[in-house]
Amino acid sequence: MIWLRLLLAGGIAAPVLAGLALTLAMALHPEAAGYRVAGWQTALRLTLVTGVGATVLSVALSVPLSLWLLPKARARVWLAPFLAVPHATLALGLAFLVAPSGWLVRLVWPFDLPPAIVTVGDPWGVALILGLVLKEVPFLTLVTLAAAAQHPLEAHFAAGQSLGYTRRQIWRQVVWPILYPALRLPVFITLAFSLSVVDMALLLGPSHPPTLAVQILRLFTAADPDARFAGARLAMGLLLVTGAVAGLWWAAGAALAPLSRHRLRRGLRQARGPSGGALIGVSGLMLGGAALLVLALWSVARRWSFPAVLPEQMSFAGWQRIAWVEPVGETLLTGLAATAISLVLALLWLEVEDRSGARMRGGVLIVMLPLLLPQIAFLQGVAEGFVRLGLPAGRGAVIWAEVLFVFPYVMIALAGPWRAMDAQQIASAASLGAGPARRFWRVKLALMLRPLLTAAAVGFAVACAQFLAVLLPGAGRVQTLATEAVALASGADRRLAALYGLVLAALPLLAYALALCVPAWLHRDRRGMRGER
Amino acid sequence: MSLDLVDVTVAPAGGMPLFAPVSAHVEAGRCLCLIGPSGRGKSTLLSMIGGHLPRGLTGTGQVVLNGQNLLPLPAEARRVGLLFQDAPLFPHLSVGDNLAFGLAARIKGRGARRAAIAEALSLAGLAGFEARDPATLSGGQRVRVALMRALLAEPEAILLDEPFARLDTGLRAEIRAFVLSHIRAQAIPAVLVSHDPEDAAAADHVLALAPWNANI
Repeated sequence: MIWLRLLLAGGIAAPVLAGLALTLAMALHPEAAGYRVAGWQTALRLTLVTGVGATVLSVALSVPLSLWLLPKARARVWLAPFLAVPHATLALGLAFLVAPSGWLVRLVWPFDLPPAIVTVGDPWGVALILGLVLKEVPFLTLVTLAAAAQHPLEAHFAAGQSLGYTRRQIWRQVVWPILYPALRLPVFITLAFSLSVVDMALLLGPSHPPTLAVQILRLFTAADPDARFAGARLAMGLLLVTGAVAGLWWAAGAALAPLSRHRLRRGLRQARGPSGGALIGVSGLMLGGAALLVLALWSVARRWSFPAVLPEQMSFAGWQRIAWVEPVGETLLTGLAATAISLVLALLWLEVEDRSGARMRGGVLIVMLPLLLPQIAFLQGVAEGFVRLGLPAGRGAVIWAEVLFVFPYVMIALAGPWRAMDAQQIASAASLGAGPARRFWRVKLALMLRPLLTAAAVGFAVACAQFLAVLLPGAGRVQTLATEAVALASGADRRLAALYGLVLAALPLLAYALALCVPAWLHRDRRGMRGER
Repeated sequence: MSLDLVDVTVAPAGGMPLFAPVSAHVEAGRCLCLIGPSGRGKSTLLSMIGGHLPRGLTGTGQVVLNGQNLLPLPAEARRVGLLFQDAPLFPHLSVGDNLAFGLAARIKGRGARRAAIAEALSLAGLAGFEARDPATLSGGQRVRVALMRALLAEPEAILLDEPFARLDTGLRAEIRAFVLSHIRAQAIPAVLVSHDPEDAAAADHVLALAPWNANI
């Protein structure tokens, strides 16, 4: 197990820690002190409001939504596309939807000129919060439902209902607190992500001043070489802020627990009423659907002036005009490579655990490290570290950087089903004389086909969505759909941006569809392999 | 050919053994039935003999098959077949491929292997079932296929963990007779775990697991 530990430490933890160290070294450079960054106080406030606001709202909305989805296995399927659609696509669509000249305004506004209000890029960060919430609520809901499946929920509901409580109350006061320990890590991932998001903040957040993360990126990519030192300084600041907020979150949770216990002791029975889960689910679905729809409309619009609700002229000329083949190829290449590497690492890990019979201690932390830290605080350092190792900025560096974020999700998606594999099947294979290698190739991989492909689709979707992990280690030499879409969004041509956004979403959605259809087709004559595994 | 258990028991790491040490001698073609209340560790004893003990449990004593101590060997090298309750088959393989997976590698050549599988199926009264999805078999059919799969691996002993418990009473006697007659025909020792007095009556020897503290 030592070599696996070394592999994971060297491949995942070392780049992250070295990246942090190199960024810290830059931040301590004497040049950094002399460089004044205007407006960092506002940027900090904006970061805190959007990051913490989006996390609090996402958690609050995921509670009723997961209760509503609990008995609806069919409806849960709708969560997957939300997880698959990259942040950049959703943010682009949302921007085209809620902008003053956007679709929502066109539907209701009676005048010929757009209203003179700022919606996208509003100074309060409302649009950014909305975008983050739309992406994070499905994630938190999914992990809540996964955690709920581990508990005898119906017994809790029956006990509570027989005492006169509503299901909504039992869910909030009894079940959710039981689930929360399993949700803590995902919530911290959401928190770290929301505090340091760059692509969504570029598309939906204010720009003068922007959030801290965007400001740091601007400094890192500025023409003035000294600006990088100031950027590193701010990045370390963002790291401290993230740590402090996480600490406060922990403390707040510890403080709120007795408070909710106090409420519970009063024994108040709530009147039956709607939980709001349906409203949240349906409006989220409509908002996300409308965002994709407006992108589709823009991608085929030739003329679409305000306040027309639909494009006046449509054509597919845009699809033929743009050079999307190259970024699609680059996205596929880096994404598939990062997914394959992550899958091999995950399988190595799980199989080594099987053979040694012991869980690898401390492994979870190594894996989750890249997700729990602000990306911008270490990715610039990672890029520098790669160059020092002799790995030049480019495709190889991008693939390695993507693995840092793809591997954790592949591991999360695969570890549960793998560890729940039927031990009797493996014992049967051994009793028939099949050694460890034959058991792995002929039995385990075959039984795990569906979870394997699902994990691959999840990993590929994560890879497609990567923005900073392409931008910084690629140093502009690698252009994927995500970086192109974000770059084009600030340009004048909405059609082009919409097109890239759509193609960007199409790839992971296709991967999810394949992960669904391939096992269904291969197992069409195997009833025992269908259904949830 | 015989299976010998010498002062065998199983204990969790740092804990008390699950049952008092057992010793037994099972001749080829004979069947030993293990009885005892639920949770006493009957299935655990089978897991130990077969080499499938979960981590955290350690077996002590000696399990000797045909003069060889099994305990140092991994499960796949013990040549001990296994039949679980419900007799699960690999769900991703057809019935024929399940048998092919079990069939000893000694039998070479596509034709010979196919013939061996076809013969096993017809012995089980399931001729022509090669392409069937295991999920479409009835409980009794599944037990017969699982037994054939185990026997095709040419084991030198076989372990049965309540394989008849979920069958209808009428069917149970028929399947039990089928399984035991095949084990006798193969001339290998068998160990059967059961709650059913009729299983015990059909076996050659009966051994009750005693709790550990009764021994002190």
